[in-house]
Amino acid sequence: MIRLSLSRMIFVLGTLSFGLVLICLIALATGPSNIGFGAVVDVANSFLRGSADTAAGDASFDIVLRVRLPRLILGLLVGAALATAGVIFQALLRNPLADPYVLGVSGGAALAGIVVLALGGLLGISTSFVPIAAFGGGLLATALLYWVSGGPGRSGPTGLLLTGVVFNAFASAGIVFLASIAGFFDGSRIFLWLIGHLSAVEIDAAGLVAVSVAIGFGVACLLSRSLNLIALGDETAAQLGIPVDAHRRWLLLSTSLMVGAAVAVSGLIGFVGLIVPHALRLVIGSDHRLLIPAAALSGAGFLVLSDTLARTILDGRELPVGAVTALIGGPLFIFLLRRAQSKGPLS
Amino acid sequence: MTAHSKVNKSTANSAAGDRPGPTIEFVQVSVELGGNLILEGVDFEVVPGEVVGLVGPNGVGKTTLLRLASSMLAAKSGEVVLGGRPVGSMTRRELAQQVAMVPQDFHVSFPFRVGELVMMGRAPHQPLVGLESDRDVALALAALERLGIAHLADRGVDTLSGGERQLVLFARALVQGPDLLLLDEPTAFLDLKHRVDVLQEIRAFARSGRAALVVSHDLSLAARSCDRIVLLQPGAEAGRVAAVGQPSEILTAENLRRAFGIETLTFSGPDGALVVVPSLSEFDRR
Repeated sequence: MIRLSLSRMIFVLGTLSFGLVLICLIALATGPSNIGFGAVVDVANSFLRGSADTAAGDASFDIVLRVRLPRLILGLLVGAALATAGVIFQALLRNPLADPYVLGVSGGAALAGIVVLALGGLLGISTSFVPIAAFGGGLLATALLYWVSGGPGRSGPTGLLLTGVVFNAFASAGIVFLASIAGFFDGSRIFLWLIGHLSAVEIDAAGLVAVSVAIGFGVACLLSRSLNLIALGDETAAQLGIPVDAHRRWLLLSTSLMVGAAVAVSGLIGFVGLIVPHALRLVIGSDHRLLIPAAALSGAGFLVLSDTLARTILDGRELPVGAVTALIGGPLFIFLLRRAQSKGPLS
Repeated sequence: MTAHSKVNKSTANSAAGDRPGPTIEFVQVSVELGGNLILEGVDFEVVPGEVVGLVGPNGVGKTTLLRLASSMLAAKSGEVVLGGRPVGSMTRRELAQQVAMVPQDFHVSFPFRVGELVMMGRAPHQPLVGLESDRDVALALAALERLGIAHLADRGVDTLSGGERQLVLFARALVQGPDLLLLDEPTAFLDLKHRVDVLQEIRAFARSGRAALVVSHDLSLAARSCDRIVLLQPGAEAGRVAAVGQPSEILTAENLRRAFGIETLTFSGPDGALVVVPSLSEFDRR
């Protein structure tokens, strides 16, 4: 009988970590500027030798350290947050199609973030509150989702998804509306928020995102055994000794925190929380004790890889990473929806 | 599997050890759902060592009674007491260490393997974080073997038939190591052989000093496997206990006519056990 053993966890997570390191190296060595692995190795050597200061000013050094590395760090954090959040939402809602973007939770976070960006000046609120507002927006959207759908298992996949579509439409309209009336309608900036992108400019917020992801990830790991049982149904979980309501509250809070932080720095990147868990379940199974850390590692790698593709696929021009994830996630989503419908309502 | 070799055949049925279990008492319990009184003044007990069958027509409150015993519902009045403590005063974990529920069926949205699902029965005995011990794995394997489904251990539960799913749920409940088993039509989807297997397991479970409360629509099998029968009342008096006693006392043609509204034949089979079948006149009449 196959069981989750420590050696299996080490093997799976070790393999994924190795893959993630390779992806990071590729991301650092790839871009429009002709700076390859050699420059990356030089930068690493400079740090190891303690001569980073003397290397500063060198163009290759600056591009790797100040452009690619910050973007890589944000990609890792945002990808880990979105994939972990996807796994948690899917288990809590018992719906493999759940994803923070599809459900409209990211939309709620983005709308709240834009409220602070657009009206913060008028209301005297600093833009540093954007992540906190995004957390609140994500939490509110999650609560609304629960309220409208009647809780997990009570509405089929389509009911939940329709709710998400409405949330997203409302959030998008709200974002454009607020940005317009606040007078800073910068078409390209709003576009980037709505499609989702990574930018080295947002690196100042990396610390806050890292803390949010660490808290969310920590709670998810602690409660991963509970997630296994909650994924079977609230009543089953309770009959197996789980205080379902308390654990669900903690998981929703921590997930909203992660999604809020991710959205605050990257906008609405979709489908990471759908693609990554789905692919992982096919390979490593459904046990959340392994799935949660594996999703964090894979989500980080997937988003960094997608961003590298977005930076390089069009010669000299850059795609927002959200476009790449949507191009991959959209067809997968339709495939999963068709499969779910052919099996009847999920419950 | 090394852990497997460490376990003997009886381990799955003794996951809770050999101590005698507690008595569960339903004390004048009434339950209201959506403004409707589902159960009213229900009063009986299940003592260690016995299998009690819960019978009655559809919608009379049998499943509600099981959910009440597992503290999934709160009583409007009266209380359910397990080993001297109201179940509502126990934590989920405390209750899950003593009471295991076997629902009729389940649906999963994720492809958990059978072995994983059965091992989840150990959750009330495990810390919040950690992996299954060798003992947990051995208990799961032993339960699967006892029910003849060890070959399904690595199959996805989404690929099983209704009967196989029912056996998996029963295995999970055994692995939970409870003092009291609550079973909601545990043999509804099973073939004749597996019905006998499961009922034998339930009886063996009770004979080891613990107890089982079984909802069943198969009155002949209930008569063979239960020590006592609780018949719930239909109609205007719905949700009340009509009669409690030994199968031969309760499953009479008159009681069944009142409960189900049809004529039945009740007689002793060649082996002396009670057999209950609908009268042929019922088929002609329709």
